[in-house]
Amino acid sequence: MGKRDRLSGNEAVAIAMRQINPDVMPAFPITPSTEIPQYFSSFVANGQVDTEFIPVESEHSAMSAAIGAEAAGARTLTATSSCGMALMWEELYVAASNRLPIAMALVNRALSGPININCDHSDSMGARDAGWIQIYAENNQEAYDNFIQAYPIAENAKVRLPIMICQDGFITSHAVENIELLDDGDVRAFVGDYNPQHYLLNKQETMAVGPYAVSSYYMEAKKQHANAMAEVKQVALDVAKEFAKISGREYGLFEEYRLDDADFALVIIGSAAGTAKDAVDALREKGVKAGLLKIRLFRPFPAEEIAQALAHVKAVAIMDRAESLSSQGGPLGAEVMAALYRARSQALAVNYIYGLGGRDVRVDQIEDVFGQLEKDAAAGQIADAYRYLGLRA
Amino acid sequence: MDLHKISETCGWQDLTEGMQIYQGGTSAQFPTGEWTAVKPEFIEADCTQCLLCVPVCPDSAIPVKDKKRGDFDYKHCKGCGICVNACHAGAIKMEGVK
Repeated sequence: MGKRDRLSGNEAVAIAMRQINPDVMPAFPITPSTEIPQYFSSFVANGQVDTEFIPVESEHSAMSAAIGAEAAGARTLTATSSCGMALMWEELYVAASNRLPIAMALVNRALSGPININCDHSDSMGARDAGWIQIYAENNQEAYDNFIQAYPIAENAKVRLPIMICQDGFITSHAVENIELLDDGDVRAFVGDYNPQHYLLNKQETMAVGPYAVSSYYMEAKKQHANAMAEVKQVALDVAKEFAKISGREYGLFEEYRLDDADFALVIIGSAAGTAKDAVDALREKGVKAGLLKIRLFRPFPAEEIAQALAHVKAVAIMDRAESLSSQGGPLGAEVMAALYRARSQALAVNYIYGLGGRDVRVDQIEDVFGQLEKDAAAGQIADAYRYLGLRA
Repeated sequence: MDLHKISETCGWQDLTEGMQIYQGGTSAQFPTGEWTAVKPEFIEADCTQCLLCVPVCPDSAIPVKDKKRGDFDYKHCKGCGICVNACHAGAIKMEGVK
């Protein structure tokens, strides 16, 4: 039986880590993810886990140590945010291209500059091409549940890729909410032991990790990596199905909220989905057919499934909590619009930038977005597909 | 693992995961000696067989047999010249290295 508790997102993820009992955790503190290694190091000190905790001197070192440990055959995880992950940049690609299923708890925070410690998705969105799996959470329960599903996805023989489990800085990481925790034994059994086929500490087989790939190999290596990424969708669904058996909680590639008969839809990632659901409910009361699609799996991007789920809507607003400064909108906007185009969708699509650097997003603002969508649909066109929400002008 | 299955003509499906190599000592198969135009020269008559040059060679290109070094393995010597500096007997000479 699960245990009801009230926890912050950081504490919930730290408990998931304790239940997983990994072999190695190198970590360096950075707001707002600091509490994760802080809680976890107390589990280490209390003898509640068998983990080798490495207090490294930087995030560059944290990911380097994680790569070494994982290549050696140890189940390895770390936690970071924002500029901390930016300092891991080089190693993110090394971990992924070497097919090392490291798990990272990423607590989303704006990247400098201007310097800001609050939530947006610019850190993980910036790393979207690093070849990591990315899964996002709306609240502490999802952050916890996603972390428990991380290794069964990442370590699957068809996948073998590192995985980022993202939650919104402060909004999710520090707000205390009700949560249902699983039994330690259930989590251990669900995650299982880590038995990689090849690893550096294997006395029976010598091996080399990360050899130089000249021009005649590099493209084939990338294609192989892309192919592994393409396997993730089905594996994530299979793992979610198994997870539902121990938790009673069901997960997909994304969540559809009152979407099946919606005329107007929002596509959104993270904690603001909760706010947007309230707006959807309020609009439904008024007879507006509003609906929402909340992204869970962003890498790989489930483009066909998203286009299918949005096939019937008249207009969709794609909400980006990250600027890509392309002068065209944000990363989610670009990917959802590409998905709609490939599916020959007739839906009008607009991209909103919102919530940057922790800017609050309110229910009435989301209602305004739907109101604008209705006007756009009535006009039959979108004049400006790149808008800001909650911006002073 | 048969390394010969991996070549510049095989498809991406036939490469190992993450380009990993499941075998030891494979660098012997790569003639890195091609990389250099200048090579050290071993003057056997001046060599005291102290073997100080052997461990400093980054490419294991100085073969040792019966506690005595032999001539360079030019297939793998990249011409870095470190051995020239390690030799106190003047038994290794190389263009551009004192």
